[in-house]
Formats: sequence, C-alpha cells, structure tokens
Amino acid sequence: MSPQMIDRLLHGLLDTLTMVGASALVALAAGVPIAVLLVLTAPDGLSPAPRINRTLAAVVNGFRATPFIVLLVALLPLTRLVTGTTIGVWAAIVPLSISATPFFARIAEVSLREVDAGLIEAAQAMGCRRRQIVRHVLLPEALPGIVGGFTITVVTMIGASAMAGAVGAGGLGDLAIRYGYQRFDTTVMAAVIVVLIALVCVVQFAGDVAVRRLSAR
Amino acid sequence: MSEAHFARADEAPPPLASPHWTPKFVEPLMFDQSAERERAARAGSIGFRGVSKVYAASAAPALAGIDLAIEPGEIFGVIGRSGAGKSTLLRLINRLETATEGQVLVGGEDVGALNEDRLVALRRRVGMIFQHFNLMSAKTVAENVALPLVVAKRPRAEIESRVREALALVGLTDKRDAYPARLSGGQKQRVGVARALVAGPDVLLCDEATSALDPESTQSILALLKDINRRLGLTIVLITHEMSVIREICDRVLVLDRGAIAEVGLVWRVFGEPRHEATRTLLRPLARGLPEDVADRLRPDPAPQGRSDAIVELTFSGEGEPDIGAIAAALGGAKPRILSAQLDRIGGHTQGRLLLAVRLASSPNLSGLAPSSKVLGYVAADD
Repeated sequence: MSPQMIDRLLHGLLDTLTMVGASALVALAAGVPIAVLLVLTAPDGLSPAPRINRTLAAVVNGFRATPFIVLLVALLPLTRLVTGTTIGVWAAIVPLSISATPFFARIAEVSLREVDAGLIEAAQAMGCRRRQIVRHVLLPEALPGIVGGFTITVVTMIGASAMAGAVGAGGLGDLAIRYGYQRFDTTVMAAVIVVLIALVCVVQFAGDVAVRRLSAR
Repeated sequence: MSEAHFARADEAPPPLASPHWTPKFVEPLMFDQSAERERAARAGSIGFRGVSKVYAASAAPALAGIDLAIEPGEIFGVIGRSGAGKSTLLRLINRLETATEGQVLVGGEDVGALNEDRLVALRRRVGMIFQHFNLMSAKTVAENVALPLVVAKRPRAEIESRVREALALVGLTDKRDAYPARLSGGQKQRVGVARALVAGPDVLLCDEATSALDPESTQSILALLKDINRRLGLTIVLITHEMSVIREICDRVLVLDRGAIAEVGLVWRVFGEPRHEATRTLLRPLARGLPEDVADRLRPDPAPQGRSDAIVELTFSGEGEPDIGAIAAALGGAKPRILSAQLDRIGGHTQGRLLLAVRLASSPNLSGLAPSSKVLGYVAADD
C-alpha cells in the first residue's frame, strides 16, 4: 500500500471514530431517559400513563423499523436544519444518532425492566419517591445491562457508519467501497476489514471488561 | 430521633464466626429512654377497621372485613396458608397495597387518606424486611443501610453515625464495605434489619423474614428481632407460614383463612386450644401421632388374659407446670412410663401432650392429673 493510501486509511478511521463517537454520546444521552420513561409509564410501571407510553413506543418502533440507508436520505431536511449541510461527517451524525437512539433505548429498557420488583418495593417501603427510585435503584441496578447494551449499540453503529459514504461522510466503509469495490483494490478492502475487526474487538473488549467490573460486586 | 436506639458506636462487634450470637443488652447512651418509649408507644399502634381488599382481576376478595387492633410494642404474628391474604394484610400497613374498603390506622393516622408527602413520612416510620432481603446489589452494605437516610436527605455526619450504630446493632460492622453478593443469607437479612431500623421506625414489618434462611440463621434473626423489640419498644408485625416462628417470638397470633380472620389471641391459647379448623390444620404437622410401634399393638380393651398396659394421654394447656410426682402418686403403684412427651412452654404456659404407659388391671383414675386426660387404649404387656 502506498503512503497515500495509509494516510487515507487513517483519515477514514478518524472519520469513523468521530461519527460513531459523537452519535454514541447522543444515543446515550437520549436513550437512557427514553428507556426510563418507557419503563415508568408502562401499565405496571411506577407512573402508569398509557397514552404517553403508547405514543413513545410507536415513535421508537417507527425509527427502528426504518433501514438506516433510508433514514439517511429521509432525514436530509432535518440534517440541513441541524448542521447547515447535507454532506460530510457531521451530516452523517444526525441520522446515525437518530437511528441509534431508539435501538439503544429498547435495550436499556429491557435492562431496567429486569430490575427485581422486590427492590422497587423495598425502596417504596423505605419512603423513596419515584425520582429517587430511578436514581438510587433502577439505574444503578440496571447499569451492567445498560453498559452491555451500549456496547452492542456502538458495534452496530460502526457497521451502520459504513453507509455514511452515501452522504460523502467518508469513513472506513466509504473507503472500502470506493477503492476496494469500485477500483478492485483488494489490498485496501482487506486493510479496511482488518481495521474494522480490530475496532469492533476493542469496543467489545472494553464493554465486556466494564460489565464484568460492574457485576463482580 | 435520638441516637439511643442503637448500640454504642465504639463497642466491639460480636465475632461473626459464632453462628449462635445473640445480641446482648447494650446500655443506652446518657438519655432518658422512657420518654422515647412513650412516644413510640403512641406511634406504634396499628388498627384495621372493616378492611377489605379486592384485586380487580380476581372474583374472591383477598381480604374481607378485617377488624384488628395491634398494640404498641407487641410482636404480632400473622399465619395462614399461602393465598390466605397475609402478604396483602402486611402491605396495607405501609400502603404498598391500598384498601378497597375500610380504614388502616398507624399511630392513629388513616393510612389511606395520606397525600404523597405524608405517605413518605409514614413509610419512614415503618421499617420493612423481606423474605428475599431485597438489598441493592450495586451498593455496599453501608450504602444499603444508608439509603433510607440518603433519600430522607439527612446530613452526612448523621448518616455516617447512624449507619455505624445500625451495623453494630446487627453485628455486621466489619462487613460495611462488602457487597451483598458476598454475604450469607443470615448476614443479608441482618443488613435488611439494619436498613429497616436505621431511620428509627416505630413499627417493623417482617414479610416471611426467615423463610429463606437455614435453621441456624432463622434462630439468630428471631433472637435479633426479639431483642430489638424489647430494647427499642417498637411494634413488630410479622407474617409467616411457619408455626415455629410464631411460637418462638410472638405475643399474639392471628390465623388468616381465605382472607378472613379465623382466630386471634395469645399464642399459647391459640396453639393450646385451637378453635378454628384452619388453626388445627396448621398445627397438624407439629402434632406427632401415637408412636407407630404402640399404634400397631393398640386395642380398645385390656387383654382378657395376661397383663396389659393402658396408654394414657395427658394434655396440658394453660398455667401451672405438670407435677410428675402428683401424676405418679395418682396412678398408685402402677409404674407409669413415659412413651412420648411433647411439652412446650409458650409465654409462661405449658402446652403439649404426655403419653404414658401404665400397668393396670382396671381403668385408672385420671381425674385431676391434667386439664384433659384419657385412655387411648391398651397394649398387651411384653413380659
């Protein structure tokens, strides 16, 4: 591989990291509150609110049902509104975040739902208010599951980010398509795959270590 | 609330290695406990007035027409088969369940009429422990015990000292930084007790608190509860399906049967003279029948030839102690032998049964030996 190609590879990796990193932060910040809201407003939740619950669930499902490549195009007006442009790394972050958030919210919701009902009862019995139950019981107890779910989300996003080339965002996937596929440069294709595998392994390993440390107690 | 509720902070914790550790009396700090007790006495009363609970889904009510007064400072047991409504009854007290009808009063306050702030305040006066402990797995022992105070927004220094006292009270000072997963069942329940007591409640609710424990841990938790009751004067309401738990620590017992009160009274009286079929059913596993070898040879009449032993059953229930000398004397030279004895002392009352074999030709005169006595039958003598 030529030095230029190695440079392109590094640049692509950086783009991928930027897209995935920024979108993951958005997914984390928005997904956890959505998950908490879904659990609280559920019929057997702490503050049952069927209408809010159904609406929220429908929105979440709607976004999850839409394939990322479709979302990427469908959200172009929103992307322009938020970032002022429809091409480049930042333009990809908007649809990537919006696709990852409902995905992660559902996984986090499952972890929150799995918190033993007895713990919530104990918290109520000691005079915890709802907000305190969320903060002191639900979130800490579900944390290992939430971290595990976040790892899955990030790995999925690394895959989805490969499609960001469609809006000229660059990244590793874009590199593989343009050089590896369209120009039959097998070396670049192989190099991208190796880097992607390494990236996913690092993310998964870090997530596993975090989960193990959180559940070891 | 004063700190006096707990053991002295600097006192060395009892060795955990000893499974038979029983909390010993710890002198209160320099304050007057009587005023404290008096306050607790008013706050620790619980009343049920015509309480019913119907779950929307099921047709039969979980509880129906419950009228009950639980005295401050007593250990009140509720027993019944599963599905009898014990758990619902307990949860009505801190309004984890709401009554469909009637009133539940804690310290004279109608629990059902409280707004959220008052309900939270009530729950801080009513501690609760659970069959499966319900400790937060992500928090250390100390953090678990501190939680009721943290959510009550107490100052950090107060939390620190109260947690230390509560852990000393239950003998877990050296486990304060351990996570619950590292503790045994008995230790977990001690953490549960510490957490329930840390805010200084007037009432302690125990939901099958020993049902998941081995016999040794059960004994030590019961001893701890009894000690807490005596020392802090708080009211304890416990539900259980184990007769032995009731007999061990309760002052009064309520037998629940299909959502209704079957009977209620002093433990020795209810156990000694069960009036309701539900009580008898619950007691049956405890009452051993006639020893098998005797039952096999038992006949209604003395053997026409040879000698026979009369099998005499003496049943005791109430005050006074069985006088062996008097029994032997009354049976004359009949050489009474004890076949089996199940006598127990509950709250200063003898309760149980004595089975004697008496070498007699004619019917023995049994009057006055025991509150109730009868000849069950005869067996042929071996010799």
